[in-house]
Amino acid sequence: MSAYPQIRSFGDTAFSVEFGDGIDRGVNAMVMALHAALADLKPAGLVETIPSFRALLVNYDPLLTSRADLERLVRDLFAGLKPQQRAGRLWRLPVCYANEEFGPDLKEVAERCKVTPERVIATHTGGRYFVYMLGFMPGLAYMGGLDASLHLPRRSSPRTKVPQSSVAIAESMTTIYPWESPGGWHLLGRTPLRLFDAARAEPILLAAGDEVTYVAISTDDYAAMTRQVEQGTFDYAALQVKS
Amino acid sequence: MSAGVLDIVAPGLMTSVQDLGRRGHQALGMPVAGATDPLALRLVNTLVGNDENTGALEIGFLGPAFTVNAEAVRIAFGGSAKLMLTPAGGGDVRALKPWRSALLKRGDRLAIGAVEEGSVAYLAVAGGFAIPAFMGSLSTYMRSGLGGFEGRALKAGDRLPLNTAATEGDEREMADVIDYGSGPVRVVLGPQEDRFTAKGIETFLSATYTLTKEADRMGIRLEGDSVEHVRGADIASEGVVSGSIQVPGNGKPIILMADRQTTGGYTKIATVISADLPRVGRMKPGDTLSFVAVEVAVAEAARREQEKMLRRLIDGIRTALPDVYLDLNALYTQNLISGAVDAPSGFWR
Repeated sequence: MSAYPQIRSFGDTAFSVEFGDGIDRGVNAMVMALHAALADLKPAGLVETIPSFRALLVNYDPLLTSRADLERLVRDLFAGLKPQQRAGRLWRLPVCYANEEFGPDLKEVAERCKVTPERVIATHTGGRYFVYMLGFMPGLAYMGGLDASLHLPRRSSPRTKVPQSSVAIAESMTTIYPWESPGGWHLLGRTPLRLFDAARAEPILLAAGDEVTYVAISTDDYAAMTRQVEQGTFDYAALQVKS
Repeated sequence: MSAGVLDIVAPGLMTSVQDLGRRGHQALGMPVAGATDPLALRLVNTLVGNDENTGALEIGFLGPAFTVNAEAVRIAFGGSAKLMLTPAGGGDVRALKPWRSALLKRGDRLAIGAVEEGSVAYLAVAGGFAIPAFMGSLSTYMRSGLGGFEGRALKAGDRLPLNTAATEGDEREMADVIDYGSGPVRVVLGPQEDRFTAKGIETFLSATYTLTKEADRMGIRLEGDSVEHVRGADIASEGVVSGSIQVPGNGKPIILMADRQTTGGYTKIATVISADLPRVGRMKPGDTLSFVAVEVAVAEAARREQEKMLRRLIDGIRTALPDVYLDLNALYTQNLISGAVDAPSGFWR
């Protein structure tokens, strides 16, 4: 196999730039560096870029540029690319674990990982997670960095309906479902927040490159915050930790 | 003051508001959606004097019927279906022509029949619909209930608000039809062609595939010879495009279409070239297709050629002859004149 970065064809409207194999912060940092560099440069004919774990998809308009021209421009950027991506935001997101309806898999996860449910919560809230990418549905963030003691494969039979705002884990990842949807991840709790809210100026809360920590809240806090979210008065900006 | 509404009497099978798609938010997981056949959308918009990217009704398989609850509205239908106009207060039902603008008056009722060629057709209204854009686009993304008219396909009883009231004036028509191309569907191999055996790629490029019933705005599942992987069908999730051809573990290709998710975790053997996507998008369950591989530069050239064809069609749009009660004599004269004008000038020297 040729050395990275490696360019792959997606027809006449896109190509991808792969920076490595597997799910790795160093590899992803290069993806995000190219994502940011192209956003700054805005070359003619560039439509948009989609970052993922190890690759950046570069979408272009073949009537305004060509694969050859844009690939040359991208290759010229490689030398100057530094893996320190633009600083993402750091979020403290509230999660209610104290309700079996919210976290129907908490006990099973604890049993399979041979720890107490309290330990699962402490481990989950003790982590600092990195948003590698969004996908699958609008606003769904794949967050890496889950402690190895909680790594489990996805459920063998996915649920047909996972409630909106469920907080879940699978393998080395954690996520929050922005929508009610089918899903095979293990549900630990629920956030009163909406990761997607069409009524917000910025409907999608998280972006690739952001970091997330979770803070456990009581069912009372959950109820109070839910009311604010529903009334549109919740202050999402206050969830950002200022550095 | 509202310019009035179209009252949807019957919704058709799958009628939704679409423009050329929601671009620029895929990094946040927001799908593009947009017209399955952007060529037809651009032309119907041009016929009524709209910007090409104006939101119009995309009609899947069976058209809607609506009553005009506005002073007047100028419409154009692009596609093949019967268009039956019942004038306000009754009177003779008359057929409207596709690819030609028409002025409808208050109380007029238009019923659009089954789509006869392909699977989609478009109805544009001059000035567009008075619907707020979501994330910069009017395209409906039905899976998440976003954009377009209430984020969904039309239902009976819907009232589609209009931006502008139309006035009497010349109607416009197309002089020629869209050439969607024919023959095998052209693809560029990759991005994961190295995850398939040589035999798998040969199968993919030689087999004839049939569109299954699982063919919609999200994607088209094909039935036919299974494509052999080297090892497994899973990859780390990555961005995908319209035309991406995923091959999951069962070896049956799936072509991703306008409502695709932004990312996917299956190996992709090839990508349909953008010039052939409208043709694929128009196909119906039961239709067959095969694939042929081309280079990226060939695909880009094909797209430029297609754009030239579209520009020619737009440049050829002309003032329409009145379509009512042309007597035979007038028609005969028109034909004679047009024959004389069209003939190579050398012939007459």
